[in-house]
Amino acid sequence: MREQKNIFQNIDWVATGLYMVLVLFGWINIYAAVFVEEHKNIFDFTQSYGKQMIWIACAIVISLIILMTDIKFFSTFSYPIYIILMLMLLAVLLVGNVTSGSKSWFLIGNFKLQPSEFAKFATCLALAKYLSALNIKIQDIRTKIITAFIIGLPVLLIFLQNDTGSALVYTAFIFVLYREGLSGNVLILGVLGIALFFLALLINQYIILGVLLAIALILFKYIRKRRKEITILVGSFIIIAGFVFSVNYIYENVLEEHQKGRIDVLLGKEVDLKGIGYNVNQSKIAIGSGGFIGKGFLQGTQTKYNFVPEQSTDFIFCTIGEEWGFVGSSIVIVLYVLLFLRIIMMAERQRSSYSRIYGYGVASILFFHFVINIAMTIGLAPVVGIPLPFISYGGSSLWAFTILLFVFIKQDANRLQLL
Amino acid sequence: MKAPHSERQHIIKIIVLSVGVIFILRLFYLQIIDDKYKESANRNVFRYITEFPARGLVYDRNGKLMVYNEATYDLMVVPKDVKDLDTTELCRLIEITKEVFIKRLKKAKGYSSYVPSIFEREISKEMYGFLQEKLYRFPGFYVQARSLRKYPLSIAAHVLGYIGEVSPQKIMNDAYYKPGDYIGISGIEKSYEKELRGKKGLKIKMYDVYNREKGSFRNGMYDTVSVAGKDLITTIDADIQELGEKLMKNKRGSIVAIEPKTGEILAMVSSPTYDPNLLAGHDRSKNYLMLLQNTSEKPLFNRPLLAQYPPGSTFKLLNALVAQQMGVVNDNTRYPCSLGFHMGGVNVKCHAHASPCNLEQSIQHSCNSYYSYTLKAILEKSGYKTTREAFNTWRTIVLSFGLGKKFNDDLCNELSGNIPTAEYYDKLHGKNKWRALSIISLGIGQGEILLTPIQLANFAAIIANKGYYYIPHMVKKIGNEKTIDSRFTTKQIVKVDKKYFDIVLEGMSKSIEAGTGTGARLKNITMAGKTGTAQNPHGEDHSVFVLIAPVENPKIVISVLVENGGWGATWAVPIASLLVEKYLTGKIERVDLEKRISEGVVKY
Repeated sequence: MREQKNIFQNIDWVATGLYMVLVLFGWINIYAAVFVEEHKNIFDFTQSYGKQMIWIACAIVISLIILMTDIKFFSTFSYPIYIILMLMLLAVLLVGNVTSGSKSWFLIGNFKLQPSEFAKFATCLALAKYLSALNIKIQDIRTKIITAFIIGLPVLLIFLQNDTGSALVYTAFIFVLYREGLSGNVLILGVLGIALFFLALLINQYIILGVLLAIALILFKYIRKRRKEITILVGSFIIIAGFVFSVNYIYENVLEEHQKGRIDVLLGKEVDLKGIGYNVNQSKIAIGSGGFIGKGFLQGTQTKYNFVPEQSTDFIFCTIGEEWGFVGSSIVIVLYVLLFLRIIMMAERQRSSYSRIYGYGVASILFFHFVINIAMTIGLAPVVGIPLPFISYGGSSLWAFTILLFVFIKQDANRLQLL
Repeated sequence: MKAPHSERQHIIKIIVLSVGVIFILRLFYLQIIDDKYKESANRNVFRYITEFPARGLVYDRNGKLMVYNEATYDLMVVPKDVKDLDTTELCRLIEITKEVFIKRLKKAKGYSSYVPSIFEREISKEMYGFLQEKLYRFPGFYVQARSLRKYPLSIAAHVLGYIGEVSPQKIMNDAYYKPGDYIGISGIEKSYEKELRGKKGLKIKMYDVYNREKGSFRNGMYDTVSVAGKDLITTIDADIQELGEKLMKNKRGSIVAIEPKTGEILAMVSSPTYDPNLLAGHDRSKNYLMLLQNTSEKPLFNRPLLAQYPPGSTFKLLNALVAQQMGVVNDNTRYPCSLGFHMGGVNVKCHAHASPCNLEQSIQHSCNSYYSYTLKAILEKSGYKTTREAFNTWRTIVLSFGLGKKFNDDLCNELSGNIPTAEYYDKLHGKNKWRALSIISLGIGQGEILLTPIQLANFAAIIANKGYYYIPHMVKKIGNEKTIDSRFTTKQIVKVDKKYFDIVLEGMSKSIEAGTGTGARLKNITMAGKTGTAQNPHGEDHSVFVLIAPVENPKIVISVLVENGGWGATWAVPIASLLVEKYLTGKIERVDLEKRISEGVVKY
């Protein structure tokens, strides 16, 4: 067992470096996104870029604290941290502050804290703790139920806060479970489900039903006519058909008007560019107008002049696309992909399954944010309000992602020590 | 030890990589392949603001202001920005009905939702002041200043011309013009459009989503500054022009006065005329229609350039010159006149005067017989095999006087007049079947010959100059440029030698002293003139007169044509004489004459 001599020893500098590049690039893009001539100074604390700089400074402090913390702290206190965060999610429902329709903020003086950002981290810890226990097998039905509970609880609480986007993030844990042995059918089913969901909205459901029936009949011809297989075939046909019908039901009766609208915009059914389609259209205009090398730093007009909404938070990628063009935005994509691959690689080199599962949790959460956020700005996914990790403006999200990542970097640094 | 299921990391990595690739491909499509986003971005942010330069001013030859600009305001609309509008209030302010409002907004939208269009043009100063305060309540509307042409002297409408909205056709052919722009439509406003208009400036301003101005695009790197139009100093003498118009009141016809040494047009009157201010300003189209529909007076018709008349006796001067040049007459040649020319069944009547005349007397008395003999002599000159050959020689010399063709002057619209061709007579009489007697009326300026008043004046200038002219023109100086177009400074030499002019001038002087033009006589000013009567099959003959003064050093030549004016002496002679008096002495002493002429009415 090797002793760690200083806190930076064995730190994975690739991941740390990628993190720092993204954070700093985010900061200057926030500056560009909301740039006004009267507040030229990037350190102007009355402006969001000045504030972001404070958040960044705090994030550095936080990461240093994490690196100095005893390695056993997080694994020991995984459950307590989870429980505290769940209580906070509950508390925010009672005393929270409503911002843009979501009741997910604590108001502490001038400072707003969003516990749901930190709940991801806590859930990740709890999940890693639970699944890494010695006698746990993911194939067990009991394990599945408890896992579903650990993940489902924050989802439920966040749904109640009316923050659908943040709740959806927990879907990301599918990757963790898959890696830990959950049947690969889960992923296939997931993809199939999403595909069917959109198909059901685009095409008349009876046509889909007809096609499904035809496929079932063809399959029936080829399978061995055993009772079990016939049951499976008939069963899955009924389930899929039920799914198709429930999609329309959910769409019509459960989804809210703006959620329906966002899906309609994505599917091209709705083209009201001044109403519900405005955000996505302006977002595409901003990115598309960047061209190959972009308009140049501070030369963007679409974001700075407020044509794009939420330009420093959820739509920050528009500023990157507009001012840095195809070159800049592709580099950002590449940086993220490298970071994700690096984290996966790091997770795989862990000797403890706790660290590995936690590492995969980190990768999954960051990846999910990245996919949904960027897909939304370039018109490949419906508008879901979740931040782009490390780049979007906001103290809570920056700190939460920093904690998420650095707890893993700390574990990775001490991987040889631990077991 | 390998963790279980560690091979699954590859599937996950592949998913991550594919998402990255999909995103980059999508970005490639959005940012590089599809152009529409760039255009949309520009439409979001940019407003193209045109700066209209001041149109050049126009002065007379003595520096008197003839045309200037007065500020006026157009109410502009950008349909995209129109929202939450109190239509009723706006309609009330600019005094239009709601239907008109809706129609105009629709039209503006039809042109472009993003580009400003004129909603109401030339609103009054009072309305502007009123509107300016309330404009913030009407998003999408703003007021743009531009200028209106004003004519302080209210004269020379045909010379100056007018400006109006540019036609869709012109916009298609000339990228400079945009709908709603103004362009010179006639007169020197048209022929000097490029100099007068200057150059429009374009500013690219950026606006944010709340329509607040955010400054110039790239600090104005792509902005262009407007360049003011150049001022013109015309050759017109406003006093002469004004007097001419006054004298021609209630008469139909034209006056052209030229400075023979330069070809500068001193005055050009077309009567009936109109106040040029009528075609500038808010009621322009209404007034235009009114002028256009006045078919009895045709005030828009520019007679000095577009009316063509038989020159009558004034043409005898030309025949006198050509005949001398061709060597068929000299100052001693005499022809008889027995109240006319009678030969081979052809009769050309003449009035009673001493007979036979020599060349000089023939001009003094305007003898028809003399010029019938002269033309016969020209066409039957020995040495030519056919009448045709002789005729062509005659015609070539005649054409060198600027007749039968356009001058290519700076007045944008003129007619060429007519000097008949041999081919024409072939058609009329059969090929080479025509003889001198068939076309004898050419001798006295009747028949197929047609001249415009400006050609007639230029012909007088050639006589004054004894053999050359400069293309008549209107503009002396353009802005600060040292020269005008070289075609106006190139001497045009006619095909008659200088020496032959003296006797013609002599005859014309006699005509003033003791001939048909005695009414023109002035103390201390020598003059040479020739009356004419242009036959008019539709009624009373047209009265024609050309005048040169002073003879020894001609400073002004004038052609006057009064339609249905009968004998030249009645109207045309005193009009020309008064103009010469005013031009050469600066004042009019014959006040009674001036009063009688300007109050006189000639029915047409």
